[in-house]
Amino acid sequence: MRRRRPKLAVWKFASCDGCQLALLDCEDELLALADAIEIARFPEASRAAVKGPYDLSLVEGSITTPEEAQRIQQVRRVSRVLVTIGACATAGGIQALRNFADVKAFIALVYAQPRYIDSLARSTPIADHVRVDFELRGCPVSRHQLLEVIGAFLAGRKPQTPASSVCLECKRRGTVCVMVARGTPCLGPVTQAGCGAICPAYDRGCYGCFGPMETPNAAALGGRCAELGLSRAALVRVFRTFNAGAEAFRQESEAHERPHDQG
Amino acid sequence: MPAQFVLSRAAFVELLAALRAQGYRLMGPTVRDGAIVYDELSGVDDLPIGWTDEQDGGTYRLTRRDDAALFGYTVGPHSWKQVFHPPAVKLWRAVRDERGLRLEAEPLPAAKTALIGARACDLHAIAIQDTTFLHGPVVDRRYEAARRDTFVVAIQCGQAARTCFCASMGTGPRASAGFDLALTEVLDERGHRFVGEAGTPAGEAVLARLPHRPAAPEDLEAAAQRHDAALAQMGRRLDAGGVRELLQENLDHPRWDEVASRCLACGNCTMVCPTCFCTATSDRGDLAGREAERWQTWDSCFTMDFSYVHGGSVRRSTKSRYRQWLTHKLSTWFDQFGRSGCVGCGRCITWCPVGIDLTEEVRAIRETPSRPGPAAEPSHGHP
Ligand code: SF4
Ligand code: SF4
Repeated sequence: MRRRRPKLAVWKFASCDGCQLALLDCEDELLALADAIEIARFPEASRAAVKGPYDLSLVEGSITTPEEAQRIQQVRRVSRVLVTIGACATAGGIQALRNFADVKAFIALVYAQPRYIDSLARSTPIADHVRVDFELRGCPVSRHQLLEVIGAFLAGRKPQTPASSVCLECKRRGTVCVMVARGTPCLGPVTQAGCGAICPAYDRGCYGCFGPMETPNAAALGGRCAELGLSRAALVRVFRTFNAGAEAFRQESEAHERPHDQG
Repeated sequence: MPAQFVLSRAAFVELLAALRAQGYRLMGPTVRDGAIVYDELSGVDDLPIGWTDEQDGGTYRLTRRDDAALFGYTVGPHSWKQVFHPPAVKLWRAVRDERGLRLEAEPLPAAKTALIGARACDLHAIAIQDTTFLHGPVVDRRYEAARRDTFVVAIQCGQAARTCFCASMGTGPRASAGFDLALTEVLDERGHRFVGEAGTPAGEAVLARLPHRPAAPEDLEAAAQRHDAALAQMGRRLDAGGVRELLQENLDHPRWDEVASRCLACGNCTMVCPTCFCTATSDRGDLAGREAERWQTWDSCFTMDFSYVHGGSVRRSTKSRYRQWLTHKLSTWFDQFGRSGCVGCGRCITWCPVGIDLTEEVRAIRETPSRPGPAAEPSHGHP
């Protein structure tokens, strides 16, 4: 007898949809996936939605409006296991740049009718609002890791998504360190592995898409990047991208921010 | 000392061809991505001809030489553990179907490998990994198979990097064992040639089929000059005398906190170290629960997972992890394997993104020991 397939739901908050697309991108595994789990709600793929509750919810995006802050509570209520996917959902995303600025001033500058805009002053990760069972990093998440998380959920085990540095991935694939051999500033030593160390393999420094690794020493890396020639303004920017709101990166970007010293 | 011989550059090319003809895959230095790495060679042209390296804490640069030396550089980011103890290995696979559950072991590696251009420190590192994988209570059959048929063409260093300190560790710069052939590359007015010796009957057999001549006193003199140059250029020094006790007696030294403030816990030092051997084992399964694979991958004592036991990681602070690494390498390795775990290759200094230098760390502790440490002895073989 065929066992009941667990129900999967995908939810979107403030985000670009790139992480959800990682799921659609699982072409080779999509049939096996649909076989193992009922894709009950996935607006990016199909308008048809099966009613909740859901066994596994994948939540993409950050909380940026009062409406989203309410909706995430509902999502939590109808989800047995809630997994956040991507930098927006786990750290606030690129839109967390607003956390360092005056949102009201932006709105007044951009919109002719600011009163129609109902936006929170900060972009925050899902875990600031509801209990999250597992956070999957990345901007976007890796297809491979997403399948690992779903596979682990189905098997009732812990997902294997190591929180160690990108450096370990570089070294295992034999990539020559761009920071040591070229003097290219790189966030790899403070960034969590998971992407497969793509950028250094193409001679670029890591941009930190997967957010801070388990024990980030961003201050020491920032100091080294300054020695390699990054200005203070540049240091603020490198730590202030998709994971700007993640604690270790936020602190490091703020440490280099001085109103009268733009490096 | 066995009779020394001279091979011309052309005869060296023949040596590579002869080894290939005997079924060896040639592994050796080659230029890739701004560094000299170890990879499979198809012949002499794959070698870093006319290149050299400049190294220091946290920095490595390839530069041009003003000659066409084949081996005019020191060690790079790779080591031979890439070959014998690869970064990721599938151990076995499990399949579940109508017939039940089956385990399929991965075949053991069967390649005959010739190492072209292994250095003295490398040979000591290989001997250390042999002890770890072959001479302990459990033999690693995969390592054993990869190592079984190895031919070693050692190159005697004719220069040293600013990060080298093999002389302090008693592992170089001159290789005295662990090779089939050991060659010193010489380029002077008498020509581009290799002055060498055979270390094994296998080395003698290969040599016998190559054009060569006995070394003349001038050849030996030229080779000795290269060895002296390497010794004189040795850029770092580690006072190894009593370091085993020194570290044990200084586990609470304030220097550990200081180094932890600089250390990124990135693990690069452990990945590049030719003697670090730790691995993690993990299973990968498919969504349907029909297939699973067990993989072994290089791991590092700098990760939190490494010391994770029920309830959490034992070594939570970077301080405790750096201390674990250094004390294992230089101190408790003696308890475990009867010698130091460091061969003085300097890789961990160069490839540390922030240039943390173990020779400096030891010096700092020695200069202000928490407890009076053993008196420093002059380090082995250093001028
Ligand atoms: S500890 Fe450093 S210098 Fe010693 S063998 Fe390892 S990488 Fe080389
Ligand atoms: S010593 Fe250097 S390479 Fe090793 S973990 Fe610390 S920062 Fe990384």
